Amino acid sequence: MVRSRFSAKLIKTVFLAVVSLFFLYPILYIFGASFMMPQEVTERIIAVKTGKSSQYISFDFIPDIFSIRQYKRILLNQATYLSMFWNSLKIVLPLVIGQVAVGSMAAYVFAKLKFPHREKIFFLYIITMLMPFQVTLVPNYLVMDYLGLLDNPLSLILPGIFSAFGVFLLRQFMTYIPDSCIDAARIDGAGLVRIFFYIVLPMVKHGIAALVILTFIEYWNMIEQPLLFLSDVQKQPLSTYLPVIGENDLEIAFAASFIYMLPVLLLFLYLEEDLVRGIQYSDIQ
Amino acid sequence: MQKFKNCLKNKQENFIVTFIFLAPSLLGFSVFYIIPFIVAGVYSFFDSSFGASFVALRNYMDLINNPVFRLAVKNTLVFTVISVPLSVFISLGLALILNGDVFFKSFFKTTFILPLAIPTASVALLWNMAFQNRGMVNGLLSRTALPTVNWFNSSWTIIVIVLMYIWKNAGYNMVLFLGGLNNIPKEYYEQAALEGAGKCWIFKNITLVYLTPVFFFVLIMSLLSSFKVFREVYLIAGVYPHESIYLLQHYMNNVFFTLDYQKLTSAAYLTAIFIYGLVYIILKLDKKFSQKIGI
Repeated sequence: MVRSRFSAKLIKTVFLAVVSLFFLYPILYIFGASFMMPQEVTERIIAVKTGKSSQYISFDFIPDIFSIRQYKRILLNQATYLSMFWNSLKIVLPLVIGQVAVGSMAAYVFAKLKFPHREKIFFLYIITMLMPFQVTLVPNYLVMDYLGLLDNPLSLILPGIFSAFGVFLLRQFMTYIPDSCIDAARIDGAGLVRIFFYIVLPMVKHGIAALVILTFIEYWNMIEQPLLFLSDVQKQPLSTYLPVIGENDLEIAFAASFIYMLPVLLLFLYLEEDLVRGIQYSDIQ
Repeated sequence: MQKFKNCLKNKQENFIVTFIFLAPSLLGFSVFYIIPFIVAGVYSFFDSSFGASFVALRNYMDLINNPVFRLAVKNTLVFTVISVPLSVFISLGLALILNGDVFFKSFFKTTFILPLAIPTASVALLWNMAFQNRGMVNGLLSRTALPTVNWFNSSWTIIVIVLMYIWKNAGYNMVLFLGGLNNIPKEYYEQAALEGAGKCWIFKNITLVYLTPVFFFVLIMSLLSSFKVFREVYLIAGVYPHESIYLLQHYMNNVFFTLDYQKLTSAAYLTAIFIYGLVYIILKLDKKFSQKIGI
């Protein structure tokens, strides 16, 4: 009995290990290949692609010679890469901060204060959340034009800050705060603003962490909006550069990809538990 | 009297805080979401001539008769019908195994969620390499008796996209299922075991039944993300991919660049109405089911 339970556990583990290879492999490959010499990348991939070699591209991602030359080239010689990385940060950081600030305030009102048509207004928020962004693409473009924000990073930051998702997610977390907590503070003479800062916000800190990582992922990865709203290449974020890197700078593509995913990767490893909770709380029912 | 004054003060405070806290969100939300949404709706009923005249549903009729639009709708539906059930069942399977007794549980969990955090743009290159004519997958096939496949220029392309979709979204669904499994009270299992119920019976009558609300939610989320797969397709296969994965969003993007806003907003509205319809049906079914099992 004990033995068969152990072997069942082992079989399941082996199965999961095989499946996890599918999930991990692309990331491992990029990491491994980012330490190849630029020439090695060329030999392995470009030669095969252009038909100079009759081989197939190999699954093996261990570099022949371990080198940090790709990284060096990006960090020292590729001014555009760094400025695009900086563009990405300049868009995503204010966006995340703004989304948390605006979202948490509105969520507090929706979760804990009463006012007329509260549910109806909240329903509107949910509706837009489910909508593909192409629906409002044209009018959004016109609004940006009207506000004079085209070709300005604000045309990406502002819609992000006011997206319904933050309000929605934080409201979910806040409805779990018992009313008795808030009533007790009221009796002690605390005002609603004080309650927000000293009771509600600390109690939803995992919710805020979840919002930070989900928003960061979403906008770090954004491609369509910058291509449409920013015609100036100088202002484009990194996410729009990587899809074309294969055409011009394939030798350094792996290091470039890895540096690009690093901020999200670190944030993920640091906030994984909050991310999981955030996903589980995002139930719309 | 004092009490009355207090009450008045509270009401006033409530009003002021509601106003100040909600105003920024409501203002920005209106400008960037609600107003564009309404404007888009109005647009779809006018034609594109100078001084636009009201054409009622003509834009919609034109659209429905447009062969390219039809192709895009058909492809989007085919993709959804293949990828959604597949990813739901794979993620359910992974959640069930992870919820049981295995080694390295948290490592595997992290692994399956990880792709969620990886920007698609950074792995697109790799997917492209894997499915090249001389790519890794064909390399593997060439060692077997199977013929190699022209992955990007044939109707096989859809498989590449479905794989990508699963890679990206299975973790999200798995997390939702794990949450659902966690919420099933342990007593139900204990009670059933006491009464001598078999494993299959327990799985069918407890696990699956109480997982159903989560299941509906996963279904909604998967549908929504299947309509957003354009980004992946665009990254792997470009703006003009093989005909079989020319999706609704390709259509809308291309129309955007021809500046035919009326056509675009009609297409977008049709999509939105379709999505809302599906979500509404799923929520209704969910409600019916929840009442039936009494949760």
